Amino acid sequence: MITEASVLDALSGVRDPELDEPITEMKFISSLQVSGDAVDVTLRLPTPFCAPNFAYLMAHDARAALLSVPGIREARVTLEDHHTAEEINAGMASGFGFENTFSSFEESGGDSLEELRTIFRRKAFVSRQEKLCRMLLADDCHSPEELAGMRLGEVPRSEAKEKYLSRRGELGLDVSEEAPFVVDPDGRQVPEEAVVKHLRFARVTRLSIEANAGFCRGVLAARYEGSPGIIEKEATL
Amino acid sequence: MYEKDGEKYFVVDGHVHYWNAGPDNRNKYGKMFIDCFYGYHSSLSPEEYLWDEEKFAEYSEETMMHDLFEIGYVDKAIFQPTYLLDFFPDGFNTTAQDAVLAEKYPDRFILNSSFEPRLGEQGLAAFEEKHKRYGFKGVKLYTAEWHEDSKGWKLHDYWSRRYLEKCQELGVTNIHVHKGPTIRPLNRDAFDVADVDHVASEFTDLNFIVEHVGLPRLEDFCWIAVQEPNVYGGLAVAMPFIYSRPRYFAQIIGELLYWLDEDRILFASDYAIWQPKWLVEMFVDFQIPDDMQGEYGTLTSDIKRKILGLNAARLYDIEVPSEVPQEEPVMSGGESGYPENPL
Repeated sequence: MITEASVLDALSGVRDPELDEPITEMKFISSLQVSGDAVDVTLRLPTPFCAPNFAYLMAHDARAALLSVPGIREARVTLEDHHTAEEINAGMASGFGFENTFSSFEESGGDSLEELRTIFRRKAFVSRQEKLCRMLLADDCHSPEELAGMRLGEVPRSEAKEKYLSRRGELGLDVSEEAPFVVDPDGRQVPEEAVVKHLRFARVTRLSIEANAGFCRGVLAARYEGSPGIIEKEATL
Repeated sequence: MYEKDGEKYFVVDGHVHYWNAGPDNRNKYGKMFIDCFYGYHSSLSPEEYLWDEEKFAEYSEETMMHDLFEIGYVDKAIFQPTYLLDFFPDGFNTTAQDAVLAEKYPDRFILNSSFEPRLGEQGLAAFEEKHKRYGFKGVKLYTAEWHEDSKGWKLHDYWSRRYLEKCQELGVTNIHVHKGPTIRPLNRDAFDVADVDHVASEFTDLNFIVEHVGLPRLEDFCWIAVQEPNVYGGLAVAMPFIYSRPRYFAQIIGELLYWLDEDRILFASDYAIWQPKWLVEMFVDFQIPDDMQGEYGTLTSDIKRKILGLNAARLYDIEVPSEVPQEEPVMSGGESGYPENPL
């Protein structure tokens, strides 16, 4: 039997690409219904004008995550209260790709959606790296120069490290124990003399993502006050 | 003018609106748009400053004059028009709508205008006419705006550059750029501030003020501003964090002071989304939290004075009363960015 918990667990692996947070934690799941081997999930976003490209990616990823749960044969994902809800819902129902979903829109075409996803994966990677480095600098009294010389295997295990490794893996970068720890999004080791500047820029990237996520949480709460949504579940990543 | 603990602050609100989003002047997208603004308003305002949706959609002249000048400490407010004619048949707040108040209270308002590069040659002549009529010194550009079948444009597009050349010729030196909230950007990113970089290095005698400091792409904005001395950051949208998320606000200000400097940051309320009274009061009382001062330093009264009014006064040639102390600008920029390319 398919439990709600197993469905939520699968959904907690889906992240808002821009905010780098699970959609469950962002309270984007407004309803969830399991009947037999079918599951219906409704998504909601902070505003009717949240970017459709990210909305599409989340709906698409949610559907894929649901279908990965053993026993689920049918997964319906519906987006509510959004200015492109109609297009996205039709696209989801018929398994259209992004281009076909928005074929009536003039501006579709051109850059691929994967390119957009990559930009935000790079930002997420840099942000998670900074968070981990910040922790190491504060707790373990490492200097930035020491960090530049470290290998991944020398970084103590922590939740922050796990998240960093997952973002690093998503970019296709080396995650072996011998690989250098502080690398740029293209996998190049950051030299000792550049590490302070590197982390300085990484810090503003992290701040931008976190402040944005905070803003979205606040706007969502204001929009759906009194409607708590599905209780968030800690990310498994 | 605001006075606290013996310090005087001249206040220029760099971004205000007098909009009409009432039921008679909006289609379904207009309704979604004002709902979106209302979400920003209600999630980041202190409770005593919350309006109901009806008042928020359409407020009176009296309300605006009261909130800005009677209780809000604002000395001068800059109108930044936003047309959005595809959502609001008469416009959301056009130059002509704003001009009604600007002409009635010339000591209080600075009227900015706008241009629409997709109107080509014909629009260029109309822009010049508009300048003759209103004599503005700044424009507010909204690159994500829909126009016919186009859903946005870039500052370095051919026609946009033609309009910027016209701005140079007319002495319209302050180019305010609004990035987002996104209006249906699909696979390209309408928040992208990279086009600012292109035009800032090409039009070095124009000032480019990026509204809401590029949020939610603060890092891209900082990357550009560190290199281009004629790029400024407007604090609309970032300001209200001071109340509900003061630690984020401290970091945002700290980063801006690091990547730009104290002379290129401009206070703005984005009225009527937020009201200047509480923003000014809280900003003057604000300090970087103790545990962050090692990274970010502290905010002095001189820095606050520059951000609250002196920086905008310099850009708009506004006379500042002599009782307000004026520190020399430090002005940075022209440094190389790191990394070589933005992410």
